Amino acid sequence: MDTGQLLDFYRQMYLIRRFEERAAEQYAYGKIGGFLHLYIGEEAVAVGAIAAMSEKDHLFTHYRDHGYALAIGADPNAAMAELFGKETGTTSGRGGSMHMIHPERNFWGGYAIVGGHIPLAVGAGLAIKHKKEDAVSVAIFGDGATNNGAFHEAANMASLWKLPVVFLCENNRYGMGTAVEYASAVPQMLTKAQGHGIEGEIVDGQDVLAMYAVMQRAVEHCKSGKGPYFIEAMTYRFRGHSMADPESYRDREEVERFRQNDPIPLFKQQLLDAEKASAEDFERIEAEVEEVVEEAVRFADESDFPPPSTIYDWVYFSDGEVGKEPERG
Amino acid sequence: MASTLADLKSLEEDMLAQIDENGIREITYRQALQEALTEEMTANENVILMGEDIGAYGGSYVVTRGFQEEWGRERVIDTPISELGMTGVATGAAIAGIRPVLEIMTINFSLLAMDQIVNHAAKISYMFGGHFNAPVVIRTAAGWGQLGATHSQTFEAWYAHVPGLRVVMPSTPLDAKGFLKSAIRGDDPVLFIEHSLIYRNRGPVPTEEYTLPLEGSEVRREGTDVTLISWSRGAILAQGAAEELQEEHGISCEVIDMRVLRPLDTDTVVESVKKTNRAVIVEESWRTLGLGAEIAARIQEDAFDYLDAPVGRVGSLEVPMPYARNLERLVIPGKDEVIQAVLQALA
Repeated sequence: MDTGQLLDFYRQMYLIRRFEERAAEQYAYGKIGGFLHLYIGEEAVAVGAIAAMSEKDHLFTHYRDHGYALAIGADPNAAMAELFGKETGTTSGRGGSMHMIHPERNFWGGYAIVGGHIPLAVGAGLAIKHKKEDAVSVAIFGDGATNNGAFHEAANMASLWKLPVVFLCENNRYGMGTAVEYASAVPQMLTKAQGHGIEGEIVDGQDVLAMYAVMQRAVEHCKSGKGPYFIEAMTYRFRGHSMADPESYRDREEVERFRQNDPIPLFKQQLLDAEKASAEDFERIEAEVEEVVEEAVRFADESDFPPPSTIYDWVYFSDGEVGKEPERG
Repeated sequence: MASTLADLKSLEEDMLAQIDENGIREITYRQALQEALTEEMTANENVILMGEDIGAYGGSYVVTRGFQEEWGRERVIDTPISELGMTGVATGAAIAGIRPVLEIMTINFSLLAMDQIVNHAAKISYMFGGHFNAPVVIRTAAGWGQLGATHSQTFEAWYAHVPGLRVVMPSTPLDAKGFLKSAIRGDDPVLFIEHSLIYRNRGPVPTEEYTLPLEGSEVRREGTDVTLISWSRGAILAQGAAEELQEEHGISCEVIDMRVLRPLDTDTVVESVKKTNRAVIVEESWRTLGLGAEIAARIQEDAFDYLDAPVGRVGSLEVPMPYARNLERLVIPGKDEVIQAVLQALA
């Protein structure tokens, strides 16, 4: 892999991190309301995995979704404006934090009912097979979702019909505030996929290159007609479940220990040690990202709220605009 | 293959579609659905059928009999018994650009898929700012027939409560075919509710191709004394009651078939009530918080000064459905109950 791509991985992870740190700050200022689920600590999963996806692939994710939107190419200005609930946001202030999209790359959204989007991703896999496209559909979900019936029904159908679906499970060790050992009868989520006849592997989700490599293997597996593939990425959420989380279910020592395994400084050190990049390279990238994020906050703040006159728009897709083409990539 | 006399009779009726001198055939409700599916599958290779036992078994209500032989397993897909999962799969496939028509065997089982229908399919267009859509069609059937408490319900009011869905409940072969074709071609998620007791009903259907917009109610019979309002099998019941009221009591009923329950258009109802000054709503489900309650509310909002009597409502008894034939008959409203309600409105 060339240095440019390695540095781009770093840039993307750093962008997600700074974007969310600024979002948390804007939340404290009251500029962002409702839920704000931060992805901080898990950035390597999104960046590595999505880098291995191609233009025709489909993506459905859970609601901790800012990282996926940015990694797949959504405009940071539009993403921040969406958090502010502005007209210029990714969904014009209709979806908010949990419903980011990037239709140009077939990113069909963050979904906010745990596990509910997994059948949707399998449906896209069915569409790919029907249209004989050279593509895969990717579902990203947490460890908690594998305790849900939606996961099992979808996994069974994907395996039964040999659909090109990558199940990417982010095992961050907690389903909201309940630790995996209190929610799952088996310690590794991969075991459940194997019960449905799905192959897969467990990988270090804090290692962006490992994520990239495993996703390449998964895509190849699916495209060769072998059916779905399951990746269990071991990761950790450094911040609370949402901004309202008192974090009573885990102690500071545990969080501090996992923070030593921060994917961003780890990758930076790795590149420095290998002399793939210099301190100046990182300074430049970080300064650029600061500007991007600063501009996103400014753009979001200065944008208008959606006009009240548009409140009924899109309840039905074709209202007043029959035959409108959806923005499928 | 058909195994009972009733099945054989049904087969025979299905095959005896007759063409009258005007080119208008009489075909069954089931046949109308079959024609709609066949025509749309022929027109668009991205239309696929999915559902439990729709293939080798031919569909629980035999709507898709022969389809898998005709179109293959890739386009007529037998699903596992996974209502939640298969509804999500159909919705996701629609997002990704194909046109799945999902059969949920009965509306009772749709409760397992409620999250996918209400939290997912119904929200896609709006929640994502109109950037894309989920044009999935979900066919399902209401009805009863000594099937017990969990297989005899009709939940159209639950779904008609939800913005973003289109909910239709056709009562005639003409509407069934025209609506289903429009649903498959349309841009929105559609819940298409059939009724197990009207699949063998016959009605005129043109030989040439047509579609019907998924909107608006229909006056089935004109009258002057009272407006009878219903949908699906209830609309047929109301027409039967109207005939008897005319013959036996000299009462002239206007009968309105609501047909489309979301978006719910009550303009036709209101206009009719302004003329007749009386209204009786007939529904097969529980009255409490049902569609009849909403229609009655709209009548009093928009035609209060025209009403000469309280809006009457005929619904099922507020119990889970019992099995015993005599008890079931008590629960579901019949022609006599409708006639009594009309007489009361005119008393």
